[in-house]
Amino acid sequence: MTAQMDPATSSATEIASAVRTGERRAVDVVLTSLKQIEALNPALNAFTDVTRERALAEAESVDAAVAAGADLPMAGVPFAVKNLFDIKGVVTRAGSRINLETPPATSDATLVTNLRKAGAVLMGGLHMGEFAYDFTGENAHDGNCLNPHDTGRMSGGSSSGSGAAAASGMVPVTLGSDTNGSIRVPSSFCGLFGLKPTYGRLSRHGTFPFVGSLDHLGPLARSARDLSLVFDALQGRDENDPAQADRPHLATCGELDKGTDGLRIAIAGGYFRQMAQPEALSAVDTVAGALGVSAEIDIPEAARARASAYVITAAEGANLHLDRIMARPQDFDPDTRDRFLSGTMVPAVWVQQAQRFRSWFRAMMRGIFEHVDIILAPATPFSALPSGTKTVTLDGETMPARPNIGLFTQPISFIGLPVVAVPVWLDGASLPIGVQIIAPAWREDLALRVADTLERTGVCKAPVAGSKFEV
Amino acid sequence: MSAEFDPKSHVAHMEKVMGLTIKDDWRPVVEAHIAATQKAAELVLAFPLEDDVEAAPVFEA
Repeated sequence: MTAQMDPATSSATEIASAVRTGERRAVDVVLTSLKQIEALNPALNAFTDVTRERALAEAESVDAAVAAGADLPMAGVPFAVKNLFDIKGVVTRAGSRINLETPPATSDATLVTNLRKAGAVLMGGLHMGEFAYDFTGENAHDGNCLNPHDTGRMSGGSSSGSGAAAASGMVPVTLGSDTNGSIRVPSSFCGLFGLKPTYGRLSRHGTFPFVGSLDHLGPLARSARDLSLVFDALQGRDENDPAQADRPHLATCGELDKGTDGLRIAIAGGYFRQMAQPEALSAVDTVAGALGVSAEIDIPEAARARASAYVITAAEGANLHLDRIMARPQDFDPDTRDRFLSGTMVPAVWVQQAQRFRSWFRAMMRGIFEHVDIILAPATPFSALPSGTKTVTLDGETMPARPNIGLFTQPISFIGLPVVAVPVWLDGASLPIGVQIIAPAWREDLALRVADTLERTGVCKAPVAGSKFEV
Repeated sequence: MSAEFDPKSHVAHMEKVMGLTIKDDWRPVVEAHIAATQKAAELVLAFPLEDDVEAAPVFEA
């Protein structure tokens, strides 16, 4: 840590260290973050709600607590959350117009509370695709959230603001949700490290759901170590989430220095290479090469896993919104409205078969993980698309862009496996692209160790957009 | 599953069953979405599962 530490480009780990040692005041860090938001948000549209007064009050409390000797691992770290997280006193938009008619939340989501207890400071709520049914960052009500590395391109979604805010240096850390890829897609498009933990690991209490049987929450950041710092603080048993598993706390920060020693790593072949564009394949090969990995494994029935997640999402999402889509379809974003309407028409036997296939696919993947510890796969089939792109052509087939950006993320979250998306800047590329580091259930530590190794060796990096760096 | 899935007739039937409002200019997109879901379901249904493979009431990874 140096006296020149700039809160706008520093990691959460660096900021917390400076605040904990008294080198920096949390209030000054928060003022810098507010300045960044004010300067950049009009162009990027990442924040929908800035909780300025609350942030300053929380920062003052952190400074007082540090002065009194409190041990706060995230002291003074500014963070923001996708606007489906409850923030006391703020309406939980979930990217919609409809929810604006609901009263403000009366308390914070559990994960917001957990980070505040660790000394982090909430800066506000972030843009998202309506009701999280999105991979683009486009929203008919709030306008589009743009990619900080190229504002003519998508941020990715549905945790769009979570990607844009962290990549632009407004805050070092954000929280998002991931049902089918909504943390990993904006991580790939915006060039961030993103963690989708194991399904059932973190409490979802106090967040607006989308597909309960597939919904996950997790952090996005500009370093793997920051993901660890945040993940360790986010954990904790919460009886209010019926799907949260009763698992012991997994401390990951102390595990990172183990690197990749002893880990058996393989590349996902078949489906994951067939549908990928050249930049996605190059990114995986770059990561694999740096790790000295050449073994390729097939993940049988990945396409069917993706199809199953697609069916479940259509039906379960439509069920959640049934009263709203019946009573006031005109108030939805057209891009989600027509999907929710069609989701009300899915026969039950299709959904049940997909849920049963989920059990089969999980058992099959458990077998694969008896022979490997980590699987590498592309996060997205391509880097960020130009805003407004409606179709893409993959493996010779032209298809709608919006639902197919998550082709590679969907089969993995289908069975709840933990994944860290890591950002790769290929030689000469003007945009980043992500690679999924996939671990067995409940082993986020393994994926974080690999991500941290790739960052320390310079293979993966997440520079603040517009800052000077070598790509 | 029927090889002749007809999204137009499916939507026309189900909108009555469910009591939905579908404006004319929304209809082609709704039909395209249910057609895509049917295509996905066809892939899922084509996979033989043993009778003892059950869905998890609360999924645990």
